[in-house]
Amino acid sequence: MKSSVITFPGSNCDRDMDVALKKFGFTNKMVWHDDNKLPKSDLVVLPGGFSYGDYLRCGSMASKSKIMQSVINFAKSGGLVMGICNGFQILVETGLVPGVLLRNKYLEFICKNVFVKLDNKENTYFKNLNKDVLELHIAHNEGNYFCTKDQLKEIKDNNQIAIYYCNSDGKIEDQYNPNGSLKNIAGIFNKEKNVLGMMPHPERMIDESLSGEDGSLFFKNLLNNIR
Amino acid sequence: MRVSAIITLKKDVLDPQGKVIHQALDGMGFENISEVRQGKYFEIDVNENDPNKAKAVVEDMCKKLLANLVIENFKIIETQ
Repeated sequence: MKSSVITFPGSNCDRDMDVALKKFGFTNKMVWHDDNKLPKSDLVVLPGGFSYGDYLRCGSMASKSKIMQSVINFAKSGGLVMGICNGFQILVETGLVPGVLLRNKYLEFICKNVFVKLDNKENTYFKNLNKDVLELHIAHNEGNYFCTKDQLKEIKDNNQIAIYYCNSDGKIEDQYNPNGSLKNIAGIFNKEKNVLGMMPHPERMIDESLSGEDGSLFFKNLLNNIR
Repeated sequence: MRVSAIITLKKDVLDPQGKVIHQALDGMGFENISEVRQGKYFEIDVNENDPNKAKAVVEDMCKKLLANLVIENFKIIETQ
């Protein structure tokens, strides 16, 4: 299975993502933001980092870069596009997934492990995953998900909420919300569920001795689902 | 022609930075404040002499890049 990771100026999780994808069997290519054409891919990943120094709004400049038109076309034709952290911020700026990511509620950069509850397994990303709660890592300053009331109704009606911040038992409560996100939302799908944006980093949880293995479960399962 | 654009957060959007600035001002003795909202201000020199055309260009910029209309409003001011 072929994947592509887009590198923007200021991306810093692109190589981690490359390592993770290759570890679980993807043939991965790194693609520069200034390229016009996307290589043939089964999955495109927008990685974490600080593209364009987070100028103007996080992800806003990257969303207008050359390669993004191909990524948008790929997503609109049903291709799998996953945005992690800054990649999620880029996705909301393109409009591929609804809402925005605001400054964290308490104005802190948050870097820690969190638990997330999978809300919807009727999609290529989470189908057949034998866990409902994953322990993943977050590291962000702008992860406070927000959308309008109309958008919230729409994403609920279409089961577009992918993951919620929760505790280790999967309880979704305000006290487990690290950044003030609306309804504890940590990740969102587009309507068709081929585009996923999420703040947590699965690529940081692929080694039992260094971190945890829930990222491994996610990538292994994703590869099987694409096959 | 110089055109300015002011970007402000919409009413319902939480502005944690504005809140902290409000608290700091309170602490400094500026007590007569009910709310502080932080925004952005742009000055753009457009190579265009017709003010309406120049403003239209900046309006397009606001819609496409400078503002995120989910959370922000913009206002365009002709300054020169």
